[in-house]
Amino acid sequence: MSKTMAIVGTDAIAEAMRQIDPEVVAAYPITPQTAIVEKFSEYVADGLVNTQMVKVESEHSAMSACVGAAAAGGRVMTATSSQGLALMWEILYVASGLRLPIVLVNVNRTLSAPINIHCDHSDSMGARDASWIQIYSENAQEAYHNVLQAVRIAEHPEVRLPVMVNLDGFIISHAVDRIDILDDAPVREFIGEYSPAYPLLDVANPVSVGMFDGLYGYFFEAKRAQEASMEKAMYVIQQVGEEFGQRFGRPYGLWEEYGLEDARACVVALNSACGTIRTVIEAMRQEGKKIGLLKLRVFRPWPGQELVRVLQHFPVVAVFDRALAFKGGHGGPLYTEVAASLYEAEKRPLLANYVYGLGGRDLSVSMVRQALEEIWQAAEAGRVASRVNYLGLRE
Amino acid sequence: MAIVEIRWHARGGQGAVTAAKLLAEMALQQDLYFQAFPEYGPERMGAPIQCFNRLSTEPINIYCSVDNPHLVVVVDPSLLGAVDFAAGLVPDGSVLVNTGEDLGHLQQRFDLAGRKVYAVNASGISLETVGRAMPNTPILGALVKILGLIPLEKAAAYLHDYFNEHFNADLAAKNVQAFERAYGEVRSA
Amino acid sequence: MKWDIDDVQKWPWHKHPPGLVNPDTGNSVQFNTGSWRSRRPALDLDKCSQCLVCYIYCPETSIQVQDRKVTGIDYDHCKGCGICAEECPRQAIALEDEAVQAG
Repeated sequence: MSKTMAIVGTDAIAEAMRQIDPEVVAAYPITPQTAIVEKFSEYVADGLVNTQMVKVESEHSAMSACVGAAAAGGRVMTATSSQGLALMWEILYVASGLRLPIVLVNVNRTLSAPINIHCDHSDSMGARDASWIQIYSENAQEAYHNVLQAVRIAEHPEVRLPVMVNLDGFIISHAVDRIDILDDAPVREFIGEYSPAYPLLDVANPVSVGMFDGLYGYFFEAKRAQEASMEKAMYVIQQVGEEFGQRFGRPYGLWEEYGLEDARACVVALNSACGTIRTVIEAMRQEGKKIGLLKLRVFRPWPGQELVRVLQHFPVVAVFDRALAFKGGHGGPLYTEVAASLYEAEKRPLLANYVYGLGGRDLSVSMVRQALEEIWQAAEAGRVASRVNYLGLRE
Repeated sequence: MAIVEIRWHARGGQGAVTAAKLLAEMALQQDLYFQAFPEYGPERMGAPIQCFNRLSTEPINIYCSVDNPHLVVVVDPSLLGAVDFAAGLVPDGSVLVNTGEDLGHLQQRFDLAGRKVYAVNASGISLETVGRAMPNTPILGALVKILGLIPLEKAAAYLHDYFNEHFNADLAAKNVQAFERAYGEVRSA
Repeated sequence: MKWDIDDVQKWPWHKHPPGLVNPDTGNSVQFNTGSWRSRRPALDLDKCSQCLVCYIYCPETSIQVQDRKVTGIDYDHCKGCGICAEECPRQAIALEDEAVQAG
């Protein structure tokens, strides 16, 4: 059913891409993503896939080529990081606006300046309003599974939106980990055939794509339809995650819970930090300090109502952000979303925000411990000492 | 088994990252859980680098540097005076050094009294077997001995296949020889 | 695929195909750009040498041609830009005031 390998995260992604065998991959190298398309281009050269690999001169062109290929009716993938995602920016909106199910693997890396190649979530968070589905992965195993599911989610007739799968740069992308790679045949059966709705290359049924819409056109209606599809995506993501579980033994939902049933404080976080946080929580629970973790997998669509149902029961909710929103001291993007959703709650928990790991600063066990002790004290005291906190900052 | 955390200190180009990766792959052969990852940065030949391993019988969910290693591996003896190699070492942690130096002398010189210290002349072994100073394979041999998690013959067989696949049969044989010698020659105090 | 878009301006947001793809290509013929015209080209076939220069230049393909001969002007789509009159080597096309023509 699967083979267990000792490989780095980028190799696990390349394996997923090999199994998906997309018609077109257009990509431009950028650290720490480069190793993905390097490995994948070996597969292309070795004839292990039928993919047309388009070598371009920038990420702007990479996404543009993806848009063209997807409009033509192909199954299309790319990968990038950081400045590369930033350079794709305007075309991200074209991809989603044209409702093209492109799958992009984003290896999270911060944005310059100062020049820094290391992990934080500034890149994907900046693209959060581009109408791309965003899925986050704790480790390479999850990233591999998420990429496989992303194809199904993106291509679902009720969704038809591009999907960005995120994993932490270097921490996950360049670490050798124990990964179970599923067999090709069941994976290909799970992914299935793609039947695009209006492929440009179907010359018997010509269509016009990307027409000028104008002041009296239907742009507003198109955007409202995108929003509705994002809402549908919430359910499709869960359906696909459930089916994945039935086939391969590991189901996926909107998030994963740890220790929430009896917790007095809940931590919300994304990506690899969740592993370290869970490990510290495990130790603290042994000491009777009942903290829980909600590891968010799906950031777009934003599961606001679903989260409120769970989070409103905790006296304290602490949100970990690996990015800033530069609102002037009001916390990071994930915190902002959680806080906004909790406005609707019958019972509003006390909130705290921990900004950590910018530019790849290590989130050590002791740092997490320090934050979690503060969170526990807040639960005990019924009062949060400081709303926005910077973990591991030299002060 | 609790997680064993290992921190490697080496210089760029000495093959420590490869050795850490090989250890992970050998751990997979034993159905263990593992991590192997470098401290990321520009690749600069000769500059001090760190890399890390975690090994366990249970899945590992920590994704950060090793701050409190159980075992520190010093691949280049010149680093002993250059970096704080014992930083954060757990109280019963140990140090493995590539050196021909007397262990007592080493303990005294670097304030390691009361520490478990292992030494193997990995550079010397690699010169005599492989013919050049590539201390990574012999130091890995010593490390495998100290850890006691991977049987020698399994580790040697894996190493042979790795070098045979990536290089050639001659280099595979020489590296296995270096590995086995260090496995046998590692001293402790 | 043929597509009834007579009432497209009244369509609710969920009725449009995703991404506003138009599966009924060539339907711009239904869009009467002739209503934009303030000056109307009038063709004098007696002066016309059938050189087809007007046909080549017309940006709206509104010069009607049959059997390689200009037969008239498609007033449903001619915007009255006047390029045909400007380019005609025989002055066979004259621009007239649309309001006067329309009476």
